[in-house]
Amino acid sequence: MESEFLSTMALTFKLAAITTAILLVIAIPLASFIVFSRVRFKSVIETIVSMPLVLPPSVLGFYLLITFSPSSTVGTFLTEHGIRLAFSFEGLVVGSVLFSLPFMVHPIQSALAQVPRSIFEAAYTLGKSKFQTMTRVILPSIRHGLISGIVLAFAHTVGEFGVILMIGGNIPGETRVASIAIYDEVESLNYALAHQYALTLFAVTFAILLLVYTLNKKSLGEIR
Amino acid sequence: MISINVTKHLDTAEGSIEAHFELEIGDSEFLTLFGPSGAGKTTLLRMIAGLETPDSGVIEVDGEVWFDSARRINLTPQKRSIGFVFQDYALFPTMSVRENLLFAAENEEQRRGVDELIELVELTALSGRLPSSLSGGQKQRVALGRSLVRRPKILLLDEPLSALDPSMRQKLQDELAQIHKRFKITTLLVSHDIAETVKLSDRMASVKAGKIVTLSPPLEYFSEKTLSGKLQLIGEVLKIEEDFPVSIVTLLVGSSVVRTVISTEEAAELAIGAQAIISSKAFNPIVMPIR
Repeated sequence: MESEFLSTMALTFKLAAITTAILLVIAIPLASFIVFSRVRFKSVIETIVSMPLVLPPSVLGFYLLITFSPSSTVGTFLTEHGIRLAFSFEGLVVGSVLFSLPFMVHPIQSALAQVPRSIFEAAYTLGKSKFQTMTRVILPSIRHGLISGIVLAFAHTVGEFGVILMIGGNIPGETRVASIAIYDEVESLNYALAHQYALTLFAVTFAILLLVYTLNKKSLGEIR
Repeated sequence: MISINVTKHLDTAEGSIEAHFELEIGDSEFLTLFGPSGAGKTTLLRMIAGLETPDSGVIEVDGEVWFDSARRINLTPQKRSIGFVFQDYALFPTMSVRENLLFAAENEEQRRGVDELIELVELTALSGRLPSSLSGGQKQRVALGRSLVRRPKILLLDEPLSALDPSMRQKLQDELAQIHKRFKITTLLVSHDIAETVKLSDRMASVKAGKIVTLSPPLEYFSEKTLSGKLQLIGEVLKIEEDFPVSIVTLLVGSSVVRTVISTEEAAELAIGAQAIISSKAFNPIVMPIR
């Protein structure tokens, strides 16, 4: 029982870590696009990014399940290439990335919007490319936004329930994460184990947030 | 030698205008673009820098074409040899003073020149500090130093001193003059400060509604009728008192207050807050060194 608890917790944080890493890579260009682009369909992109904030998780989960199912076009294509997303860990990652997208994009977007235009232009007039400007000037100066995004996306993925239940089910060691396990243990009236999961999640989440906000305050104080 | 002939549609607070700038700037010249806000001065500077694209025209620097709408040439700001100083300093917030300058350096030689530049703008003692801990004048010195690291062909200064208090502004004007004398970089300054324009520039272009109205040495422009006065000061009218048959006018010249007697007719042409020239012909000024 003890080893199952540990493997479930490990799976939970592995999912959160992988999701957060993928989101970080996607969110920086996406947030830059939303802040700086002047194309007309920008509001459509913004809307899609924000949808998971208001959409019931079961709706997203339901459509993902339909898409991933081997009988759909996408599912057939994936199966032919040996990828199975329904009821698998990989599927959970895809679902989590979509579901936590706004939590990573929004903090980065608002931090980017606060960087004066002249900072970019100063770097360009000093001969620096857009990529050099982004990596050496802009990202270091919006690190509070990056940290907020990482924390929120991580915590949100750890606490995710609806999407995972729909597309992942409850397979120990594969798709059974802590939030599902709590539900499962409560259903089988196993309150002690449910408590163990719940308290662990509570304590770990609290500790991460506390650490990050303390560090963030310190680094902000240096810049301002 | 820089030759500019560009047009651009501008949307300003006073409606939209078709700006057309035609201008030639000599080597090592210090030229000031002077005029009301919304006239297009900053836009012209930004077009030279490549931060904005003209609708049509040509920009050529030392025989090198930077922009030519007919030939579809438009160099990016990165490829133009410019130094740009922004009104809001635009320092990189996570880098120290020294790192801000080092970031601009492209090669070992420029990296070695950084410390000398920091010394030139009197920031050696502060070189490890982050921009947030500096005063406005210090920040603008960093920006100025940073713009010189790459030894650009043109230095573009967009109202660099307008956010500073008068005494700091004067000090930085002196430094700008020194830097121009030392590096002989062709410099374009956007300003609406008369004293600054007169003090720094070889020529000034008076810009109104997207056009260069006059192009002349600054004093010629400000005094209109060429005065033969040996002493000329520019000040701001603070107070006009009528004391029949004359008037007493109080002006702020630099940071000192000057009172002088003028005729009532002359006084009628002055308004409080306006800029005025004090000049004296038959005058025997006493000039003494300050000890």
